[in-house]
Amino acid sequence: MSASYALLGILGKQPSYGYDLKHEYDSLYGKEKSLPFGQVYSTLSRLLRDKKVSIKATEQSVGPERKLYAITKLGRADLEEWLASPEKLHPNTQTVLFIKVVTSILLDKEPNTYLDAQRAAHIERMRELTLLRRKSDLAESLQADYAIFHLEADLRWMDITTARLQLLKKEIQNER
Amino acid sequence: MKDKDYILEATDLKKSFGVTPALQGANLEVRRGEILAIMGPSGSGKSTLLHCIAGIFKPDSGEVWFDGERIDQMDEARRTKLRRTAFGFVFQFGQLIPELTAEDNIAFPLLLNKVRRSEAYPKARVWFKRLGIAGMEKHRTGEMSGGQAQRVALARALVAEPKVLFADEPTGSLDSLASEQVMELLVSAAHEQGATVVLVTHDPRIAAYADREVMVRDGKVTTAQRKTGAVR
Repeated sequence: MSASYALLGILGKQPSYGYDLKHEYDSLYGKEKSLPFGQVYSTLSRLLRDKKVSIKATEQSVGPERKLYAITKLGRADLEEWLASPEKLHPNTQTVLFIKVVTSILLDKEPNTYLDAQRAAHIERMRELTLLRRKSDLAESLQADYAIFHLEADLRWMDITTARLQLLKKEIQNER
Repeated sequence: MKDKDYILEATDLKKSFGVTPALQGANLEVRRGEILAIMGPSGSGKSTLLHCIAGIFKPDSGEVWFDGERIDQMDEARRTKLRRTAFGFVFQFGQLIPELTAEDNIAFPLLLNKVRRSEAYPKARVWFKRLGIAGMEKHRTGEMSGGQAQRVALARALVAEPKVLFADEPTGSLDSLASEQVMELLVSAAHEQGATVVLVTHDPRIAAYADREVMVRDGKVTTAQRKTGAVR
C-alpha cells in the first residue's frame, strides 16, 4: 500500500520511466530493502487501471518500449488525501511478546529466560541499525532512527514486564 | 591470573551498604579494546559494579584484576594513582569544576599527574577541534550547555590516554540528539586511542553503541543467549 503511494509521490514531482522510478524509490527509501522491478511494474499497471497514472509518452530505440508515466488529477487527489490522513494505530494489546510471557508462566517456565533472549536480540538489531546510521546519509539515518525508537519501545515494555512478573504470575495463577 | 585477552576481570564480587546488598556474587570479564555496556534497572547494582572494578569502592569480598594486577587489595594510595594514570571517568554530572574554564578542566588530570603546564595546555587544546567545540577554550564549564559540558568531560577523561574509560550514564542528562553526538564522539575517540570502554547505562539506544552488553539484576551479572536475526 505505502509503496504505491511512495511511487505516486515520486511521480507527483515529475513524470518518470519505470526504470528510473525504481532507482529513485531505492535511493529514497530502499537501501536496506529495495523495491523489485516486478513490484514497480505491477504497481504501475494497478495505478494505470485505477486511472491514477497515465502514459505520457512511449519511446522505443533498440530494446523494449519505454513508457513515461505521469500522475493524473485523480492520482494527485488520492495522494493528497492519503498524505493528510493519520495512520491507524496498530492494535498492540495481544502482541506475540506478551503471549510468550504468559505461555511461559502457564508452562511453569521462567519468563525471564525468554525476555532476556528477546532483549539481547532487540539490542543486537539496535546495534546493527546504530552502525548503519553512523555510516549513512541523513535520509537513511532517519529511517534507522525510526526503527531504533520502535525497538526501544519494545525494550521498555520488556523492562516493565520484568519488574511486574511476580504480580502477573499471581494474577494468572489466581484466574485458573 | 589471568586471561590475557581480558583487561579487567571481576569474580564473585559482593558489596553491601549497611544491610542493603548491592552486589551478590557478580562476575565480569572485559576484553581488551572492547566497548562493553553494563545494563540493568535502577538499584540493580550496575553502578556499584562499575565503582568496584574501577577501584573506587573496595568490594566486601571477591577479586578484581586489572592488567595482571589484583586491585581490590591495593591500598588507597595505589588505587588513587591507578585511577589517575590508567583510568578515565565520565559521569552524568559533577566531574567538572564549573568555575574553571573548559581548557583548565581538561588540563587538570595532566597537572595532577605532574605534567608541566607548557605541555598540559597544548595537549588539552587539541581536544576542542576534535570534539566540535573549538573557540570555547576560555568558557567556564558552568556556562556551557549540557552537551558541550559533556564533551569537555569526555576530553578530560581521555586526555591522559587511559587504558580504560569508565562511563556511568554519560548522556543521562542530555536530549536524544545531544546524547547521540556525545556517544559518537566517545566511541570514535576511544577507538582512536585504543581505550577499552565500560559503559553503564539503562538506555538501550546508548548500549547499542557498545560491542556487547551484559545485564545486572539483583546484584548479579547475566548474559542472555543471543540468537541473531530474530528481530527484523
